[in-house]
Amino acid sequence: MQDNTNDNKTWKFTISPKSNLVELNLKEVWNYRDLLVLFIKRDIVTIYKQTILGPLWYLIQPLFTAVIFTIIFNNVAEIDTDGIPPFLYNLAGITIWNYFKDCLLATSDTFKSNQHIFGKVYFPRLILPLSVVLSNLIKFCIQLVVFVAFYIYYVSNGVEILPNKLIVFFPILVLTMGFFSLGLGMIISSMVTKYRDLVFLLQFGVQLLMYLSLVAYPLSLIQAKLPTLSWIVEFNPMAHIIETSRFMLLNSGEISLNWIIYTVIVTIITFLVGLVIFNRTEKRFIDTI
Amino acid sequence: MQKNDIILKVEDISKQYRLGIVGTGTIADDLTRWWYLVRGKEDPFLKVGETNERSKKGNSDYVWSLKDISFDVMRGDVIGIIGKNGAGKSTLLKILSRVTSPTTGTIKSDGRIASLLEVGTGFHPELTGRENVFLNGAILGMTKKEITNKLDEIIEFSGCERYIDTPVKRYSSGMTVRLAFAVAAFLEPDILIVDEVLAVGDAEFQKKAIGKMKDISSGDNGRTVLFVSHNMAAVQNLCKKGILLVNGKINTMGNIDDVLRQYQMLNSNKEIDISNFNRKGIGSFRMIDVKINSLSDKVEKNTFRLGEKIEIVIKVQNLEANNFSNVRIIVGVYNLNDEGYLRFDSQTTNSSLTLAPSQTTTYICSIDEHINIKPDNYKLNIALFDNDDLMDYIDGVLNFDVENYDYYLTGKSIPNPELSKVFYKHQWQQQ
Repeated sequence: MQDNTNDNKTWKFTISPKSNLVELNLKEVWNYRDLLVLFIKRDIVTIYKQTILGPLWYLIQPLFTAVIFTIIFNNVAEIDTDGIPPFLYNLAGITIWNYFKDCLLATSDTFKSNQHIFGKVYFPRLILPLSVVLSNLIKFCIQLVVFVAFYIYYVSNGVEILPNKLIVFFPILVLTMGFFSLGLGMIISSMVTKYRDLVFLLQFGVQLLMYLSLVAYPLSLIQAKLPTLSWIVEFNPMAHIIETSRFMLLNSGEISLNWIIYTVIVTIITFLVGLVIFNRTEKRFIDTI
Repeated sequence: MQKNDIILKVEDISKQYRLGIVGTGTIADDLTRWWYLVRGKEDPFLKVGETNERSKKGNSDYVWSLKDISFDVMRGDVIGIIGKNGAGKSTLLKILSRVTSPTTGTIKSDGRIASLLEVGTGFHPELTGRENVFLNGAILGMTKKEITNKLDEIIEFSGCERYIDTPVKRYSSGMTVRLAFAVAAFLEPDILIVDEVLAVGDAEFQKKAIGKMKDISSGDNGRTVLFVSHNMAAVQNLCKKGILLVNGKINTMGNIDDVLRQYQMLNSNKEIDISNFNRKGIGSFRMIDVKINSLSDKVEKNTFRLGEKIEIVIKVQNLEANNFSNVRIIVGVYNLNDEGYLRFDSQTTNSSLTLAPSQTTTYICSIDEHINIKPDNYKLNIALFDNDDLMDYIDGVLNFDVENYDYYLTGKSIPNPELSKVFYKHQWQQQ
């Protein structure tokens, strides 16, 4: 369908109903890199316009959540955090979880919330979820700075915490998480174009998933207390990402290479499947949404 | 590049749509559909289909919104795409601008296509005018560098200098449109797709916009433009070639004047069953057909340009075996609020009309003056008398439109035509 070999003329591009399974037009995405940057800028600049505290909200959300978690999980429920200050322990989990959650929720809304643009002009649709993941990365970095500030505060107050040497791999971990949320978001966004139910499912599904993602407790705890059900947590890639990053940042808990490999494989599969489905959907979702 | 090469080749494009509510069949249907889609196959439910005729009820839930569309576009062509609502114009543009993909067929393009399907796409209300120029430009496919180079021109063209650093949500809707059109006007794609953008903005800006469109499309390195509009004056003004779509198929293609004429003819060929009208009168003889011919184009139409010459043709059938020696016909032209505009009474002319027994006679009222009443919708009320006895009367026997046009032959459509009921040709001098 796509080859023009019979033509003696070469065309710059061809529009046809079918395409290869993965028609990853990375060159085209690259051509639109300015748009990517502008979308990232738009996301960051506009979100807190006409608010008094502005970007401070980036910091207030995780801090307050961490305070609440500390009160509920550590003071009331008395979850043990291996000698790590509970607040710092929770802040680490929440910061990382938030990145995943924000990316997932925003990317899964890609088609629905941008249908007015998508219905009018063409640009590589991948730009939008990509811009979400990247603008959230900036937000994540800001929140990480706050985390580091509290880290330094605790260390200077004589609390003995040290990052693990493996912290050099932390960026890779963040990248894995980014790809995982991007992949999952692309799958969901494609399905949302037809099944709006998923929007509601996602709303509370994400909340439930948080409890299965070791945000406020270590893996060892659930293995000890609920040995029959701990497999649910163990098969959740996000649980390993959070547990591993806490291991890197706070040297708490333990990591298993097998589960890390499992997480990476799941991420790659999710991302590739997401990419394929997203590419399928972007061609004619406008007819069904 | 030489000027006469093909820049866009459209081959057998068809597009099928499902009518009714999409997407909520049974789960089993959807899973099957999804499974096909994931494997990259065609939707198994998209097999049947029939042509897209809006006003007729079909047997199938699927219609071909476009069917077997093929045409070539040469570099520098300015093509008007016209057709009734639902003829497939917008679908065609959507496929060309890659918003949706065709069901079958291919499009080959030798240049960047940018569409102006609706101005202001992607404007973010919280961003300033300047920021939105960048964002909108990038969405339309410009690079940051291109926009920076043209920023001053864009702002100047929009006429929004004063507000350029104010969030767009504070703009009036007209200002938003001005700014958005300015961005699009400085876009430099190889092929520009324009859909009805000229329907917005005030008269001054519309003039500016049409002028800019002319600039874009004329000159040596004139760009290729595909233009969809219901504004026939604008189409005629801007385009040299045209494509007429009827029910998803190409009806006529070629010189814009031919295409427009064909379009107007199609519009007028609606069969009106005159026997169904409410009538008054004795009914010894009755109208059996009424039509209006354009004397300029020599065809029957019901949309006329301001300044066209027309004749009204009335076919009358005598139902009795009597001879009527003094037939009087009165044709009244009313707008849809029943305000009378024109009146043509056969008794006030020197001609005497007669009707032979059991015969059908055609009476023609040819009007010497140009149609110079304001662009609007009108209807004909026709009354037939024998002496003073009303024989037949129909209110609104025929509707017709008058469209704004270059009546004074100065190269311009008349601005604000709604402010005048009648137009007289006139001269201005100064002493």
